[in-house]
Amino acid sequence: MGNLRGKLLPPALAIVFSMLLCGVALVISGANPLSAFGAMMSQVGKGTTLVDIINSTGIYYIAALAVAIGFQMNLFNIGVEGQYRVAAVIAAVVGGSIVLPPGIHTLVIIIVAALAGAAWAAIPAILKVTRGVNEVISTIMMNGLAIGLSAYLIRRDVFGELRGNNIRTAEIPESGWMPGISFGGSGTMFGFIFVAVALGIGYWIMMNRTRFGFELRASGESSTAASAGGVNAKKMVLVSMLLSGAIAGLISLPELLGRDHTFSLNFTAGIGFSGIAIALLGRNHPGGIAFGALLWAFLDKSGLALDNVGVPREIVTIMQGSIVLSVVVAYEVVRRVELAAEQRRVGRELGTVGGAA
Amino acid sequence: MSSSTSVRTDDPPAVVLTGITKRFPGVVANSDVHLTVRRGEVHALCGENGAGKSTLMKILYGMQSPDEGTIEVNGEQVRFRTPSDAIKAGIGMVHQHFMLADNLTVQENVVLGAEALHGIGQKARRRIIELSGKTGLNVDPGVLVEQLGVADRQRVEILKVLYRGAKVIILDEPTAVLVPQEVNELFDTVRGMQEQGYTFLFISHKLDEVRAIADSVTVIRRGTTVGSADPKTVSSRQLAEMMVGSELPSPETRESTVTDKVVLDVKGLRLMTPDGSRPILDDVDLVVRSGEVVGVAGVEGNGQTELVETIMGMRKAGGGTITLLNKDLTKLGTLARREAGIGYIPEDRHRHGLLLTQPLWYNRILGYQTRRPTAKGVWLDTDGAKKDTERIVADFDVRTPGIDVPAAALSGGNQQKLVVGRELSGNPVLLIASHPTRGVDVGAQALIWDEIKRARAAGLAVLLISADLDELIGLSDTIKVMLRGRLVADADPNTVTPEDLGSAMTGAGSTSSSVQETGAAHETAVVEEGEN
Repeated sequence: MGNLRGKLLPPALAIVFSMLLCGVALVISGANPLSAFGAMMSQVGKGTTLVDIINSTGIYYIAALAVAIGFQMNLFNIGVEGQYRVAAVIAAVVGGSIVLPPGIHTLVIIIVAALAGAAWAAIPAILKVTRGVNEVISTIMMNGLAIGLSAYLIRRDVFGELRGNNIRTAEIPESGWMPGISFGGSGTMFGFIFVAVALGIGYWIMMNRTRFGFELRASGESSTAASAGGVNAKKMVLVSMLLSGAIAGLISLPELLGRDHTFSLNFTAGIGFSGIAIALLGRNHPGGIAFGALLWAFLDKSGLALDNVGVPREIVTIMQGSIVLSVVVAYEVVRRVELAAEQRRVGRELGTVGGAA
Repeated sequence: MSSSTSVRTDDPPAVVLTGITKRFPGVVANSDVHLTVRRGEVHALCGENGAGKSTLMKILYGMQSPDEGTIEVNGEQVRFRTPSDAIKAGIGMVHQHFMLADNLTVQENVVLGAEALHGIGQKARRRIIELSGKTGLNVDPGVLVEQLGVADRQRVEILKVLYRGAKVIILDEPTAVLVPQEVNELFDTVRGMQEQGYTFLFISHKLDEVRAIADSVTVIRRGTTVGSADPKTVSSRQLAEMMVGSELPSPETRESTVTDKVVLDVKGLRLMTPDGSRPILDDVDLVVRSGEVVGVAGVEGNGQTELVETIMGMRKAGGGTITLLNKDLTKLGTLARREAGIGYIPEDRHRHGLLLTQPLWYNRILGYQTRRPTAKGVWLDTDGAKKDTERIVADFDVRTPGIDVPAAALSGGNQQKLVVGRELSGNPVLLIASHPTRGVDVGAQALIWDEIKRARAAGLAVLLISADLDELIGLSDTIKVMLRGRLVADADPNTVTPEDLGSAMTGAGSTSSSVQETGAAHETAVVEEGEN
């Protein structure tokens, strides 16, 4: 019971706190916070917003899972951003240049994307294991390289083609698409959302029921205890980084397979960074991450309504930022309080049971 | 004894604690504690781990405030809100774990935080030199602390509190880190300072030392003072029984169970420092047989930790072979070595033994993630782990409300019992026990000794590393002395005394005239092994 409270209380506190903070910011800037929040809530029912939120949730969810795998063993994979960009362009190029039966074609694209993401993550992983290079530094640099590489790959003299004002890769034939669920005027839900759900379940099983998950969590909790327990630290760094990169490679697939069918200049960037925030918010727990991704998607999509009531949309960014900051603080505070309470509880129960030294 | 003459009884006592009670939610750490420390005496405070000594000292040092009771210093009632209040009243504390910055000089360490007293320049330096004489510290204040040995570091700690004007000095387990010879030097320093009017509160559970240094003793048990004793008349055993409230355990093993079946065979083991400049382990040969406990004695930092971690595969050996029951382990990783039948009680259970925020049953899996009953193939068997944790909790008397509490919530002794229980499960052939009873209460200590003895009788080979020389002598069938990465001497636990071992550990055996025959035997062993 206390355990559940410890898990739910910090994010709830953080959200309330950041809403208050944003409310204050709105009042200072001369707007009415209540009408702003009201506009955001009512936006959910309008047009395609609800389906957009669900689609966006799925994408964020995959990104946060990728980050969370690294977090589980104290690896800070900031490179998710670059990994999914590289994976997207390579998957789009491969998908657009091969012809395969439906289903298999899609599957091949998915596998290519995962491999490409893993390969991009392999570079910092190998650097860390062999040379001790900090993954934060190397993945940030890999992000910069990823932008350059993707821009190069869609040049017209490489794999790109000019369509209107946009440069893009060859379109993936229909056999490589993944159909979605259409809600008519309310939009179409990506089929890849189901893959995201499956990834979440797989992630939970891996973390809680497999030897690999145990070794990952043990390494994250105490690398020294893990190594005394026979966990090979270098292997864990390599494998978890590759896994993180592979999942990162899937981030762009909902859009690529379900809507865009090509990698173009309109590519949605920045999801990898949101994934970091969401993984923090969800404490690397598959359920918590789902909630965090939903909250993020809601703020993103319903924030569009703020322009209508004369409030700058950027207030949403403030809110996202303050949620992350305050949730980190709140988790730490609650963790300490809970640990002290647990120690007192054990002390009390033993004081009444035995007591003899 | 000169010390007793310097105790002045006519003055008001240096410190009087009256009716001190400190409650933490659900726990009474101190209840109605009374303590009177006369000026100029060495007053020992004895008690088991967890008896409430630390809380009491934190109250006296202003780190915590009491719920009830009063503190008087020199006859005046005081109220400390922070340690700086206590320091102003002339009370200083030397912590068990040194709080020194290695990369600063002695002077910088002493002055740090007390810059207002004598500045940071020549004046401070003169004052430090003046005070160092009192502590027996014979180094220039400009020397870096990292170049000092353990005993000198302790003197720097004492110097720090003197510099801040302390007259009453709390020494928290000061001998825990020292070898017998250094303990004697410390006691000389304490006696010298006592004659100059300093008062000491000496916290310890090493009773021989208490009897050697203290003018009076107060015993604390389960949060309350249970009595005081005259150290000149009371025996260590009587004191200990006051502390525990019952009879004492003994590490003595009765009859030898040593067989000729070699379990662990280490040959020519080498390990270099990371920069390759000097060896940490230098050509170590070691054999442990079935039913045998081989103890390794040595001053901390002479390679014992590295020896254990190299045998466990946590460090990569630079040369030599490690064989377990004719199976070559040299090239295997830690997990494979554990699977081959090594149980490992690490010296630091928090760093190497436990996942502190995880529940007990989850900790049961650590090191056994590939074996039944905690795993089946790539899958964890959480039910099996929980069931087996229940068994350990019952068999090893781990005091816990359940197996779902995080390991951090248990006391040190119960954590250690859990680790010992885990490492003895799965029928190991070799147990490597590093300081298996360090920082645990007497009850847990007795249980751990019993379990090691029982496993030894059943044919387990044990490699024991311990800084507790009584434990080492009591449990071991063979004792090896380690000095600067080499096994330099053998000792017979039936005849050797802690003092002999202490000499051999510091390499000072030949210069000491009081070395007995066993000690002389060590010296020949040193020479012989040195020539090889």
